[in-house]
Amino acid sequence: MKLFTSTKTFQGGVHPAEYKELSENLSFEIMPNPKQVILPLVQHIGKPSNPLVKKGDDVKAGQIIAEADGFISVPIHSSVSGKVKKISTEITPSGFPKDSIIIDAADSNEIELKEPLNPETVAPEEIQQRVKWAGIVGQGGAAFPTFVKITPQPNQNIEAVILNGCECEPYLTRDYRFMIERTEEVIEGLRLIMKSLGVGRGYIGIEDNKPEAIKKLKEAAAKYDNINVEVLVTKYPQGAEKMLIKAILNREVPPGKLPLDVGAVIQNIGTALAIYDAVVKGEPQITAALTVSGYGIKEPKNLIVRVGTPIANVIEYCGGITEDASKVVIGGPMMGVAQFDFSAPVTKATSGILILTKTEENLHEETTCLRCGKCIEVCPIGLIPTKLSRFSQLDRFEDAEAYNITVCMECGTCTFTCPANIPLVQWIRLGKQRVLAMQKERKSA
Amino acid sequence: MDATLLIAIATMGGLGFIFAGGLAIADKKLRVFEDPKIAQINELLPGANCGGCGYAGCYDFAVNVVSGKALVTGCPVGGEDCAHDIAAVMGVDAGASIKMLPRILCRGGNSEAVKKMVEYYGPLSCSAMAIVSGGDKQCYYGCLGGGDCVEACPFNAMVMNENGLPEVIEELCTGCGNCVKACPRNIIEMHPADRQVFVFCKNQDDPKKAKEVCSVSCMGCGICARKSDGGVVMDNNLAVINYAQFDSSKIPFDKCKTGAIGYLNKNEKVVIEIPVGESTSMEKELA
Repeated sequence: MKLFTSTKTFQGGVHPAEYKELSENLSFEIMPNPKQVILPLVQHIGKPSNPLVKKGDDVKAGQIIAEADGFISVPIHSSVSGKVKKISTEITPSGFPKDSIIIDAADSNEIELKEPLNPETVAPEEIQQRVKWAGIVGQGGAAFPTFVKITPQPNQNIEAVILNGCECEPYLTRDYRFMIERTEEVIEGLRLIMKSLGVGRGYIGIEDNKPEAIKKLKEAAAKYDNINVEVLVTKYPQGAEKMLIKAILNREVPPGKLPLDVGAVIQNIGTALAIYDAVVKGEPQITAALTVSGYGIKEPKNLIVRVGTPIANVIEYCGGITEDASKVVIGGPMMGVAQFDFSAPVTKATSGILILTKTEENLHEETTCLRCGKCIEVCPIGLIPTKLSRFSQLDRFEDAEAYNITVCMECGTCTFTCPANIPLVQWIRLGKQRVLAMQKERKSA
Repeated sequence: MDATLLIAIATMGGLGFIFAGGLAIADKKLRVFEDPKIAQINELLPGANCGGCGYAGCYDFAVNVVSGKALVTGCPVGGEDCAHDIAAVMGVDAGASIKMLPRILCRGGNSEAVKKMVEYYGPLSCSAMAIVSGGDKQCYYGCLGGGDCVEACPFNAMVMNENGLPEVIEELCTGCGNCVKACPRNIIEMHPADRQVFVFCKNQDDPKKAKEVCSVSCMGCGICARKSDGGVVMDNNLAVINYAQFDSSKIPFDKCKTGAIGYLNKNEKVVIEIPVGESTSMEKELA
């Protein structure tokens, strides 16, 4: 019997097999530093950072090696102590080569820290400054610079901060382990965000398939009456910003608007902890916590690794891949990016490395659309995937725009459901890019 | 005769006259004047509505020619004859127009380009491949082989060959340029039909990488640029021909190890393998 059940959710969505049992009971392990790290200058949404070091420079772990360029950008810290080998174009998990700083690691384990601040007495501006210095990006997947989100802007009326503990992607257990192992700190991290934004209400949204985490968080949050732990229905994509707001606050984000416009700020559990570490421990974001899972890896693990560690090293640390492994994905299986090169590094926002077998991959031949309408039923934002994908196949981008293709968050629910195995979300992603380019062109004209 | 029948005839006839009168008045009062030249030019145009001229279709192009916004030579499909006919209608001189043809500046097909260790699974379209890790070839600059250009061609003048590269059927090609717009990697360019020498590569990687990813890439050695007196310039490890100053007799084609710079017709490569110094005679041979 389930300990917690809930009816709070959104319309649509799917129930992929969870596969969380592979790694949910394994505590975090700290992986030894690799011999070499690759630090791409773009690990976030926004402008690439400007490198401050050159070939042959000695760097210390925690030292800023690239500064933020512009408002939506973050600094990058060296994740190991060592020597800069070179700055060159290297493959990144996005699949595209980007300028990266390569550092040969020395045997030292010390990290340059800032002085710790007291979370009870720290001023909102101090939190924002510290988060900006620490180069924190959102851990939910999009890697948006966090200090932008926790700095209040004029004319904004934010009523609630929501921490996203849904972890609705199959396989991933990183946030779950965080909630169990660092329960108190998650709550403190949420309080720091609330303080920085001057918001009085905080929620933690969590799916009802994680009873142990719910129990622990409820106990820890009991002493603060302005923090609620909300139990939500287990359904993909419950952890998407807009779905979370709908389930917890019962508000809908209109097309083209942000969660801010309905008075909510969403942060991931991992981001809250990174903020806590930066403020209370003075640590920059030089580690990434990730789940290594799937039936294609010999020993699934929850790991804490230095940012920039090549995927190959992580896989090797987990015992290597099995014989029937056939696909490597960074992120979750629904929204993650398939990898073709194991030398790509772990970045700040990497939440998991999945090694899948042919059975898990479950690929089928594409057939003709049956007009069954299943994709329309499950689309969490109420789009018409079958029409949108057709429009982008036929280059009818004006029509696609009229049908709000830009609102699509590419959760992949439609493709998961499609009985004809049509790559709907892939076509929609293409159309979305074209429409966005079209809109940009129109704006500049 | 029955009175009912007479009334019906009179009523229908009367109504007919009234409506005819209404139409006659409307024809005089509400008439929209349209330059007869528009219809004439529209007749002369190929009627493919391909959009190669940059307007919404043939009729739109005709309207713009008459209003002076478009050039009489603006229709790439109709070519020289069509331009002359339109010029005659407009009462101007068309001058000599040069036929432009698309040239595919990548020779890294399935047998030349090095593939990634993975299989591509998803929509078979170059632009869809280009947004996910850039398709299954290791080169980030070359042809993706998805055939977006073939699909974009309204005249069936583009085909994919066995090697996974597009080929232009010159007899069918009208030079509308739709393929150029369709290519997400920008490897198709419009060039005058008589232009023969091109750099068949767009790779800007450093020499080592460029060599690794494809056997016919431009490695950026710069030999052609050094000998060319400004006819070839180097841009980010890639040789780019500056046709204004280009003289093919100065280019040491045989020194290009990968054959990235060369003649359009591949068979002429055999001719290229003659010793240096005789390259001028080779030029004569080609002419």
